[in-house]
This record gives sequence, structure tokens and C-alpha cells, in this order.
Amino acid sequence: MSDKARHQPDPAVGVRMENAPGGGQGGVPVNGRNSAQDSAQNSAADAVSEAGANTAPGAEPGATAGAGPQAPSATLDVSCLPTFAFGHRSPMWWGTLGLMVVEGTVFALAVMSYFYLRSHSSAWPMTGLPPDLLWGGVNTAIMLASLVPNHFAKRAAERLDLQKVRLWMVACMIVSLAFLGVRVLEFTTLNTRWDSDAYGSAVWMLMGLHTTHLITDAYDSLVLTVLMFTGPLEGKRFVDVSENAGYWYFVVFSWIPIYAVIYWGARI
Amino acid sequence: MSMHGRPFATRMPQPVRRPARLVSLVPLVLILAPAAAAAAPLQDALRAYGVQAEHIGRLWNFTLGLCALVFALVLAAFVCALWSARRGDAHTEPDISSLARPERGIYRIIAWAVGISTVGLLALLGADVVTSRALARMPLQDAVNIELIGHQWWWEARYKDADPARQFTTANELHIPVGRPVVVTLRSNDVIHTLWLPNLHGKRDMIPGRTSTLTFRADQPGTYRGQCAEFCGLEHAMMALLVVAEPDAQYQAWAARQRQPAPEPATSRTRRGREVFLGKSCAMCHAIGGTTANAVFGPDLTHLAGRGTIASGMLPNNRGHLGGWISDPQTLKPGVSMPANLMPQEDLHALLDYLETLK
Amino acid sequence: MSVADSTTQPRPARGPGSVAPSAPPAPSLAPHEAETLEQTWRDPPGIIGWFAAVNHKTISLRFMVTTFLFFIAGGLLALAIRLQLARPDGKLAGPDLYNQLFTMHGSTMMFLFAVPVMQAVATYLVPLMIGARSVAFPRMNAFAYWIFTLGGLMLFIAFFMGIGPDAGWFAYVPLSGPQYSPGKRVDFWAQMITFTELSAIMEAIVLITTIFKMRAPGMTLNRMPLFVWTMLAASFMVLFAMPAVMLGSTALITDRLVGTHFYNPGEGGDALLWQHLFWFFGHPEVYLIFIPPLGFMSSIIATFSRRPIVGYSAMVLALIGTAFFAFGLWVHHMFATNLPELGKTFFTAASLMIAIPTALQIFCWIATLWSGRISFKTPLLFVLAFFVILLAGGLTGLMLASVSLDTQLHDSFFVVAHLHYVLMGGAVFPLFGAFYYWFPKFTGRLLSERLGKWQFWLFFIGFNVAFFPMHVLGLQGMPRRIYTYPEEMGWGSLNMVATAGAFMIGASVLLFIVNVARSRRHGAPAGPNPWGAGTLEWSVASPPPAGNFEMVPIVYGRYPLWEKPRLPSHVAGLINEHREVLITSVADAELDHRLWLPASSYWPFLSALAVTALFVGSIFTPWAVVWAAVPVAIGTTMWFWPKRSTSDMRVASEQHPELFK
Repeated sequence: MSDKARHQPDPAVGVRMENAPGGGQGGVPVNGRNSAQDSAQNSAADAVSEAGANTAPGAEPGATAGAGPQAPSATLDVSCLPTFAFGHRSPMWWGTLGLMVVEGTVFALAVMSYFYLRSHSSAWPMTGLPPDLLWGGVNTAIMLASLVPNHFAKRAAERLDLQKVRLWMVACMIVSLAFLGVRVLEFTTLNTRWDSDAYGSAVWMLMGLHTTHLITDAYDSLVLTVLMFTGPLEGKRFVDVSENAGYWYFVVFSWIPIYAVIYWGARI
Repeated sequence: MSMHGRPFATRMPQPVRRPARLVSLVPLVLILAPAAAAAAPLQDALRAYGVQAEHIGRLWNFTLGLCALVFALVLAAFVCALWSARRGDAHTEPDISSLARPERGIYRIIAWAVGISTVGLLALLGADVVTSRALARMPLQDAVNIELIGHQWWWEARYKDADPARQFTTANELHIPVGRPVVVTLRSNDVIHTLWLPNLHGKRDMIPGRTSTLTFRADQPGTYRGQCAEFCGLEHAMMALLVVAEPDAQYQAWAARQRQPAPEPATSRTRRGREVFLGKSCAMCHAIGGTTANAVFGPDLTHLAGRGTIASGMLPNNRGHLGGWISDPQTLKPGVSMPANLMPQEDLHALLDYLETLK
Repeated sequence: MSVADSTTQPRPARGPGSVAPSAPPAPSLAPHEAETLEQTWRDPPGIIGWFAAVNHKTISLRFMVTTFLFFIAGGLLALAIRLQLARPDGKLAGPDLYNQLFTMHGSTMMFLFAVPVMQAVATYLVPLMIGARSVAFPRMNAFAYWIFTLGGLMLFIAFFMGIGPDAGWFAYVPLSGPQYSPGKRVDFWAQMITFTELSAIMEAIVLITTIFKMRAPGMTLNRMPLFVWTMLAASFMVLFAMPAVMLGSTALITDRLVGTHFYNPGEGGDALLWQHLFWFFGHPEVYLIFIPPLGFMSSIIATFSRRPIVGYSAMVLALIGTAFFAFGLWVHHMFATNLPELGKTFFTAASLMIAIPTALQIFCWIATLWSGRISFKTPLLFVLAFFVILLAGGLTGLMLASVSLDTQLHDSFFVVAHLHYVLMGGAVFPLFGAFYYWFPKFTGRLLSERLGKWQFWLFFIGFNVAFFPMHVLGLQGMPRRIYTYPEEMGWGSLNMVATAGAFMIGASVLLFIVNVARSRRHGAPAGPNPWGAGTLEWSVASPPPAGNFEMVPIVYGRYPLWEKPRLPSHVAGLINEHREVLITSVADAELDHRLWLPASSYWPFLSALAVTALFVGSIFTPWAVVWAAVPVAIGTTMWFWPKRSTSDMRVASEQHPELFK
């Protein structure tokens, strides 16, 4: 299967199209003079040289991207802007960030509720023992380890390297099977039930919230992994892989404080 | 039979002195006038009969005055603006000169206005702090201690004392001595309730699992009505409380009576009445001191006949209403825990005779 | 409507009909190109098409109509409440029905009207104000509408079946817990929260991303219309506030369904945990309702004063300050509890200080009016009502901010008066102003000024007749949420007055409906800019073409239609055959890249049905979460799965752009 996406000039490296209009701060130039046209033309040429596409803009009266002399252009041609972008340049990044803010807030509030309930109780856990440390520790290690294939998948996506993306996404899926399996074992060694008392409810809520995120993240990643093999592919799909990897970081890093609270919150 | 009679017609002693009147704005008084014309029971935050409510009343006066002044000033500026601004329409050339040149003069005026507003807000904060401290500083020597427990939909009151023999339990009507502090410990048996006696103090929540305290003092005799002020379910609207403030000697006499067990029934009818009480389901929930009935699920009835109302302030305490309540409380106050109690008429009358002896 | 009538020219700075002497000929698309663009952005036809539409204006109009229907439902519930309370010992509604009435009234107004309507209006106007052809995530926008509507329907179906929630819109525990509210009533309420908060969160993400990434070139943050700033602030607030009620209501659901003990004091839980979580959401919620209308105010006052708003930077900082500090006030709803007094005083201070940014905004608006040239059209009248009603409500809010005063006023009708003064004066009046203002843009016709003025005065007078007496009733000791009261309390006459006022409000809303119905057919045609306003939404036809702007404008100032046109004035080179949009940078709106947005899809609707099955099912059994997860996964996967034809075409457009113009 040909890597169609290779034809796209690499937006992650090099061309900073946002300076194309030639303005300093404030973006668009105040008087729309030569500089706008010239630099638009130059960077347009840079951007598409690899693809060999030409830069003829749409045909409309009064608009030109190739005219020489000093008449200010009525329009700004954007037809040679890239068609996808990574990181904070992508709307998908902002959508994912919004999701992280929401879920991070839920986690933070759940942790606060745990300590709130603890402050109202003389014994904590109220009856019984704190969760066993074994499976929690093992799973934390597995999740941290999953960051490695995750990191490489993200890098490969940003380089538009389909083969490596496939490789590392499959590795991520294998690791996710491991942590999902161990998560089941964790639940069995929590040493409390959700309906035992408020302590049990708080612990199970924290575990339940995080597990929901593990499951949905694993499922998202599975869908993407399959897509990387079956297609259809375009540049935007690599951005999706990159964003998914970013979200995976969030799911793993948000586990650290939750792990600390569940496993150590009752021990200190 | 009306659901809400006039419980105060026979019972309420009139206040001997005028209440501490609180200043209201003239327009407010004009609006209030028709409403105040009716002889309403005392459940009014604007008429303070105790020191705590007076403190809050002073804060109200200050706040109302300041806020009314601010309202008038801002409204005046607003009306002035509308009055003096020139007119225009959709075709009027917009004035965009401010986009290039900042309007320093206007900014300065706005800055002053914001500054003055901030000072006003700080004044309100100061007044609140002063009032909070005054409320917290009420002297507590020689206080009457009452533990008030909220139930769906009635009030259980346990008068505390260092000597356990002097403690007693009653329901829905409190007596307190004028001029002595009252410390009420608030708890709840089920859901969140709130004690609110507007003439005496602000309100305080009664939260299950937690204990809170309200301290107040009645400075004039009177019967003050309060109501539960936290939505507590089906009959939240029917959970009223009466507080009778009386001179200390009268209060002591009342308390002494409350400590006595129920008198022995003297006639055969009243004896029959007590048998009915103990034989039917009444004793499963209600206690009468001096009998074998000592359940705590419902109000204590040892001195029922001394109370002005029944069903937590809902009905006047007379034979007709009491008979109807005992027979079929669900029609009067749907959802209460008390079941219907159908019985032969003679038994009912005997029971009522007996209950009437429980003064 | 002719697409070639240069509707995308920057309109001259004067009102309709006049031409600036030095305006250069504006670029525009050739007619066949404009027609292609129109067809690209148009909704698919037919019934199936109706469910698959994702054009932001289509979704937004549906959203506005749906929220307005909920407003009417909430209003009818209010009239029922007022009829019951009009006289002492009312017999119209017994305690069970009454408790459902006020629970449904509050829940409908707060969750199904007040916040969603603001997001609905925003998803129509924000793209137009920022020069974009769409919102950033059109399908998620559609999904947010469907999930909201299905959640609201669920709640009302439960109500009409006689199992509506009855524990208040705030559902305090333990009353709303499993022991004291058996059955499913409160579960429907709690799950309605889940639906609506999911919708609100998604809309917030859509709006933030749209505002940050899709502004027209040159529209720096400093040049954004103030309404766009308010939606940005409100959307951030949603992201931080909604999770609190989401967590709290989930814990309530689990307490009720599977026996957890978050709120059960008997097993270590705490009743106040609910209050903290709920009010940590609940206080920002009311500011969420209040902040977008501040944007309406700025838009309308600027236009009808014929000048920019005084103090743009101060206004923006005031907005951000209000949004931020709104999160520090929540304990003022808990002043009657046994929390430590010193802590409560901190919240008094915070609750007082948040008045400062609002005061600043009020002064800036008054200054704008004072130094402008005023036109007293109906939109402005509704906005002017704010200065009386919200001012009064804000001042009673200061009264409630004091702990000591609040102990008398809390949970009495004084609070009912206060909250309606701030919510109606601060949100509903400006909202009606916004409808009168932007109705011509939505529909191409002006609403009747005569009916509008009648509606306004009836509403203004009726509102004060209804709610002013409630201040007095509260001071006279009338608590909230009581289904009736005895005659000897003396509350009867003021209650009767309040009921009369409520019916006046109802009549005014009826007038509004009549006005809308008639003006849709017979209203005066509005051109692109009937009010002579200065922001970008007025540069396109009324109603706008399906793609909003034939050519995306380039922005040089805060009021582009009032300022001198400059070159280059528009963007060329976006593809018309596909829904291509321009992505710009966050701070300065510099060009970044182009994206193709999805044309239409029924997967948002189908996914919403699957999620509804999951949410409603889980009211009855926790296993619903498991088995309903399957259709949810299928729906969302199909939603995401790209179409091969589109992907191929996109890649072709990258390799051979000359074929795509």
C-alpha cells in the first residue's frame, strides 16, 4: 500500500506558513503591499517544491499571487497552506486538551472527596485493610512502560512513517491487554467493596473512573491501530495518532496521583 | 373541618411592649401596609423580639440603606445617560474615534466609580464581621439547654439539665424564659431540616450525622412561630414550631409540670381511654411518662393537653381536631408516619378524655 | 437570494443603502463558484438528511427552538406553582404534585434552558462573528444537540408518567438518597444531569476550539467581539464546573443503585459532601448563565449607541475576573450549615468582591450610552431593563452575601426574588433583546417593533409585579418550597399580586410567540445589516448562505464594518467543492493550515440514541453500562471511521491542487 501521505510536505518541520502574509505581530499586514505577495509566493514555492504541485490560485478578478508590480492585492491566497498540522496547531489537539481538562477535574474532585471523607472519619480504612500493594505496583509499572511504545508511535506519526506507526501501535495494544488484565486483579485485591462504607465507595469510585478511561483509551487506540492497517489514510490520520498518544500520556500520568491516593492514602 | 384553624385565638399572650421596630424604606412600608394589616402570627424577620434578631435587624437596616443609595445613584446615572445622550438610528455614522484614541476622561470617572463601589463593599464586609462577632458574644450564663431533633415532619425537644432527673422531653412547642439565654443543639433523625425562628434569630441547619448549635434569647414575652426552612419532603410545609417565651417564674412552673409523669386517670372513662391508648398501636410510637408506653418514634405525649397545636403547628389542639387527627392523619397530612386508627366512637371519646388530662 | 449581489463585501461603515466613497471594488466569487459553495455546505435533503445535518446554523436553530420549548414548559410549571400559592390553603396541587412542580420548574429552567440556550445562540453567531465557515467539530456539535434533547425528553416523559423527580432542582441528600426517595424519580433527575452536562461540555469544547483556531486572519484576540470573549470565558467555566456535578450526581446514582455510601452518614458518608460538590458546580453555573448575556449587552449597546463599547480591555479583564472568581463563592449557599464561621466569612468577602467586575462593566456600558447616539429599538429596550432589574438583583445578592443577614434570608422567598431578579434581569431580558437583534439575521425578516414594545413593557411590569413582593414575603417569614400556607400568616395578598404578575409574564411570552409567528411570514425584509452594526455577522446576507462567507474576510479592527476597508480584504484559494475551512493561530490569527470538515453524518444521532440507551438503562440496572457500551462503541467508531472516497479525494487535492482550482 502506497504511503500517500508522503506526498504531503511535512508540516511539522520547516515551513512556518503563519508568517506567509509577511506581517510581524498582528498577522495580516496593515496595507497589503509587496511583502505580502512576495513572501506568500516564496514560502508557497518552498512548501510545495517537494510535491511538485503548482501554486496557481483560484481565478477571481483582482486577485493574484504571482503578479510582480506594486498594486496591492485584494485577496490573500491560501491554497498552498498545508492540509493538516500537528500539536497545538491542530483543532484536534484542543479538543483532546478540553477532554483532559474535564477528566482531570473529575479526578481531582474525586481525590478531594476521598480526603474530605477521610477527614470526617476517625478510622481509615473504616474497617479492614488498605489495598494490597502488589498488583497496583505491577500495573503502575506496566502503564509507565506503555509510555515507551506510545512515545515512539507519536514520533513515528509526526514523521508520517506508516510502518513504524503500525509497529508501535500494535506494541501499545499488547501492553494495554496487560494493564487491563492486571487491572482486574487489582480490583480483586482492594480489600474493600463499594458498598462496605464510605471508604470503600471512594476507593471504588477512583478505580472505576480511571478504569473507564483505560478501557476507552484502549478502545480508541485499537480502532486507530486497525485503521492504520486497513486505511483509508490521509495526513489527518497521523494527527489522530499523535493526539491519541497524547491522550494516552494523560491517562497514564493521571494514574500516578490516583495510585498514590488509593494505595497509600490509607497508609500514611 | 378546616385544616388550619386559629391556634392563637385563645392561647397567645399579647406582647407587653412594642417590638424593636426596624426602619424600612417608605415605599417598602407602603407596599407592606396592606399585608401588615392582617393580624399575623409572629414569624417575621423584621420584628425582632430578641437580641440576636436585633443585631441582624441593625445589619439589615444598614445594608438596605446602603444598597438603596447605590441603586438610586446608579439608576440616576443611567437615566441621565439615556436622557442626555443624542439620538441616532441605523444610518447614523458610528463614532469610531475611540478606537484610535483612548478616552482618558471617561476612564478616570469609571475608575472613581469602581473605587467608591469597592469602599461600599468593604463597608458591607465590615458590617457583617461586626454583626457576626456580636452574635457570637451573647452571654451564656444560666442558659436553658435544649436538644432539638428534626424528624419528618415534627420537632423533638429534649430539655437538658446537669441533673438527669430534671431532664424531660416534649415536642413541637418550646417554652423558654424571657431574658435568659437558650442554647439549642440541633440534630436530625432523617433528612436535613432547618430551625427558623425569625423573630428571635437567623436559621440553622439540622444535618444528620452532624451537630450544630443556635443560641438566642427572647427579650419579650410572646408566642413566636417558626417553620422548617429546608425542604425535607412531602410535608415540609407543615412543620411549624411554637416557642412560648414567658417570665422565668412561669417558665419554671411549666418545666416543673413537664417533669411530672402523666397523672393517674381518675374516672372510669379516662381509665378506659388509657387502655385504648396502650392497647392500640399508639404505644408503638408514642411515649406517655408514667405508663408503659415509652417508644420514641413519634412525639412524646406526656403533656399533650398543654400544647396549643397538634401535628407540628398545623391544627389547633382541641377535641374536634385531635379526634380527626387520631382517626385519619393521612387525609390531613398525607405521608406522615402515623397510620389511620379507626375505632368505635366510645373508645375514641374515652381516649380523648384521657388525653385531655395530660396537662 | 442572489449569491452574486456582493454580500461578502465589507459593508460600508454606514447603514444599509449608503456607499463609502472610497471603498474599492470588493472581490467575490463567480456565481457558479458561489453556487458550488452553497451546495457544499447545504444540509442533505429528506428525512434521513434531517438527522444527518451538521451545518452549525441548522443545529443551532434546532437547539434554540428546543430550549425555547423547554422555557415555555418551565414557565407553565411556574404558572401552576403560582396558581397553587395565590391563596392560602390552596387545594389545586397537593404536596406530591407541588413538589414535582417546583423540582421540574427549577431543573427545566436551569439545566434545559438557561445554559443550553446560550450555547445554542453562540454556536450560530460565533462562527459568523469570527469570519469562519463552521464550528470546529460539526458532528460533535450535532451530537451535543441530540443528547441534550433526548435527556430533556426523558425527564418530561417521567414527569408526565407521574414519576417526575420531587426532591428539588438541587436534590439535597439524604432526602434524595435511596432511603428517603425510593423509586426511580430522583434517578431520572440525576441521569438528566448526566445528559445535559455531557452536552454542555461538548459544546464548550466546540466553542473554545472554534474561537481559538478558526478566527479569520487578522482577528487577534484583542480584536474579537466582546460576545466571543464571553463565550470563551463561559466555555472554560463549563469545563471546570460541570465535572463537579457530574461526579456528585454519579455518586448519588451509585448510592441509590448499587449501595455506595458517599452521602450516608451512618457508614462514614457526609450529607455536606453533596452540597460542596453541587454548589462548586452550582455557583459557577449561575455565572455561566449570566456571562454570555453580558456579551449580548455589549453587542447591542454598541450598535444602538453608534459607537464602540467604552473600555474594551477593562471589559475583557472584568469578564475573565468574574469567570475566575465565580469558583470561589460556593459556600455562600451553605451559610446555614455548621461549617466554621471564619471560613464562611471568607466566602462573604469573595461574594462581595465579585460585584466589582460587574460594576465595572455596568459603568462602561453607561458611559457608552452617555457618549453615544441612542436609538431606542426593541433590542435596546430589553437590554436597558438589565440596568434596573439586574442592578436590584445584584444588590439583594450583596445582602445575601453577609452570613448574618443570610441566616434570616436563606431558604425564604427573599432568595426566590433575588434569583429571579438576577437570572431574568441578567439573562432572560438580554436574551430577548438578542432574539430581537439577531432574528433578522437568522430569518431575513425583522420582528415587529410595535409588538416588541408591547411585549417588553408587559414583561418588565409583569416581572416586577411578580417578584418584588417576594422580597417582602421572605422578610415576613415565608419559607421556600412550601405547597401552601395558613391564612393567618397574612401572606395571601402579596402572593395573589405575585401570581397576577406571573400571568402578565406569561402573556408577554405569548406576545413574543405571536410576533415570531407573524414576522416569519410578514415581517419587513431585513437586508444584511438592518441595524447598521459593526461586526462581521452583519456582512453576510440574512439569512446567511450555507457556507457563511463566500470569501473569508481579513480583519483589521474590532468593528470591521465600521472601519475603513483595507487590502487584502479577503482570503482566496479555499476549495468550494468540499467543506474546507481555514485554521489560524491562537493569539494573532495568522494563517496556519486548511482542513476539510465532514459534510453530514447520521452517526452523531445514532450514537446519541446509543448513549441514551446506556444512560436510561443504567437507571434500572448497572449492567446496562456494559451491554449498552456495545452500540455506543459501534456508533462512535462508525462516526470516526473515514470515508474512503473523501480520503482519496483529499490526498488527490494535495497532490494535484490544480484540479481543485
